[in-house]
Amino acid sequence: MTNPKGRFGIHGGQYIPETLMNAVAELEGAYDHYKNDPEFNRELSELFNEYAGRPSRLYFAKKMTRDLGGAKIYLKREDLNHTGAHKINNVLGQALLAKKMGKKRLIAETGAGQHGVATATAAALMDMECLVYMGEEDTIRQALNVYRMRLLGAEVIPVKTGTATLKDAVSEAMREWTLRINDTHYCLGSVMGPHPFPTIVRDFQAVISKEIKEQMLEKEGRLPAAVLACVGGGSNAIGSFYHFIEDTDVRLIGCEAAGLGIDTSSTAATVNTGSVGIFHGMKSYFCQNEYGQIAPVYSISAGLDYPGVGPEHAWLHDTGRAEYVPVTDEEAVCAFEYLARTEGIIPAIESAHAVAYARKLAPKMDKDKIMVITVSGRGDKDCAAIARYRGEDIYE
Amino acid sequence: MSKIKHAFENGKALIAFITCGAPDLKTTGAAVRAAAENGADLIELGIPFSDPTAEGPVLQEASLHALKNGITTDKLFAFVKELRRDVTVPMVFMTYANVVFSYGAKRFFSSCQESGIDGLILSDLPFEEKEEFLPFGQAYDVALISQIALSSKDRTAMIAKEAEGFLYMVSDPGMEGTKNGAQSELPSMVKMVRQNTDIPCAVGFETSTLEQIKEMAEFADGVIAASALVGLLGKYGTDAPRYIGEYVKEIKMALKTSFSR
Repeated sequence: MTNPKGRFGIHGGQYIPETLMNAVAELEGAYDHYKNDPEFNRELSELFNEYAGRPSRLYFAKKMTRDLGGAKIYLKREDLNHTGAHKINNVLGQALLAKKMGKKRLIAETGAGQHGVATATAAALMDMECLVYMGEEDTIRQALNVYRMRLLGAEVIPVKTGTATLKDAVSEAMREWTLRINDTHYCLGSVMGPHPFPTIVRDFQAVISKEIKEQMLEKEGRLPAAVLACVGGGSNAIGSFYHFIEDTDVRLIGCEAAGLGIDTSSTAATVNTGSVGIFHGMKSYFCQNEYGQIAPVYSISAGLDYPGVGPEHAWLHDTGRAEYVPVTDEEAVCAFEYLARTEGIIPAIESAHAVAYARKLAPKMDKDKIMVITVSGRGDKDCAAIARYRGEDIYE
Repeated sequence: MSKIKHAFENGKALIAFITCGAPDLKTTGAAVRAAAENGADLIELGIPFSDPTAEGPVLQEASLHALKNGITTDKLFAFVKELRRDVTVPMVFMTYANVVFSYGAKRFFSSCQESGIDGLILSDLPFEEKEEFLPFGQAYDVALISQIALSSKDRTAMIAKEAEGFLYMVSDPGMEGTKNGAQSELPSMVKMVRQNTDIPCAVGFETSTLEQIKEMAEFADGVIAASALVGLLGKYGTDAPRYIGEYVKEIKMALKTSFSR
């Protein structure tokens, strides 16, 4: 899907300072080499299977299906992966690649903390130094993950600039990479940033849709009618969509964080409310004002609280191949509680956005249709924050 | 023909960078005039951007401060027109690609020409992406100025060959004042530039001493004072133009004495 200059339609590209160009060129060269290297792929498969616990389950949600009374619902259980989210797929791939490139140090940005925890985990496993940039606001919202990263040997740097959230953490990580490219790999956590990151991260996450397809054919002997995933930068969504892009009968639905609603300014629904722009190395959709100043965004979910979206999603939107729907905080919190009670599964508040839209869509679908929802992560990290949202006085 | 070359006809050039609108536009105007009157050969006007990923803390803070003050691209075109009533040195804008893209490239470049802006530096527009804006720069006679860094290495020749206006050599970490370290690469880098283009190259510096600035100027055609001046604006606020004038004068004098022919 990627053309040589890393374009997805008009989106993508490499809009970065000259100081980073040789670093991304080196990364592109290394990835082009290793992605077809049998030894690299053997090692990565071993890490996926033996360390991360892949393949993840495709679970038939019988009670949810009965309750909603429409499509047959399956949950892709990325929450069962080691470290509790899909983030580990990408991180193991990039860390292994960085190791092959002779890098000794991993830096990363993190929003909810899941990518930071995954990076710290891979760094511990592969004997690499690790530095994680996290918005100061998010270090408060996700204090437990900060402790996890430190426990794993990483240094967590609270970012105080700008809005002190995910976008500022990305900016700081990019600045840090500029200062030290020789021994450092920037382990970007989503399908965003300059080429080749959107392609590399997508390829490592594509294992999700590869497995869904195999598991679906084995269990049902046919493809699903719809695949749903939450979208912030969009890595679990592109991973869930990728092997279905050519299967045009499969609806691909990305669920964006609408925050307080897309008619308010407290939203992070980039495709629904943003416009085309250039930021963080890529052309894509961004929440911004008429002068191209990036807007502060809001969502209850720290992992979806980003003003942009990956360029491949922007292109899937432009071509109409995928749909992007807004889901509010309140809808996501209700879905968080719903899945806990109905299936005994506490999803990450990010993943709850996909569950929320599924609750609206499934009843409208025929009973012989199948819907797959990717549960991108588990919700333990969110329990205290959701309890507070519901008015309880609980702190971690 | 670009006015920018005149900036390099007066010995080693001193280029002054000032973020527009911090602490306010009136002070920016006074700072630009103070710099020009005291020997700055070219002025770089920073259009603030919400997320200046290539900038250090001083310029980040100035950018955010300016945006809080309500600075917009439209206000800056009007501001430059006003400056042009008496400021004659070449002036270029420095900002990020999204500021130009969102304004509309054609509209942005034509407004540059109309208001008296001679060039444009986009911190996040590398060689590989410049085609997007280059045709507009050529149509409206606004030089699209390229940056190089010590880390550019084998990219240097390619960038130099197609460079316009002047080449902006970004001050990499370690470039300043490390005689045995990175700075020793500066001469060989300039040599590579020379083999590929006749246009001048200027080196950016952060907070170097006069001696270090002179060392850099020895190899380049000019030096760019960025965070030093913006730092003065942060420190002295509306009183800063006076200090900026003094600082510019001191460096220009040092350059003149050291490199008089």
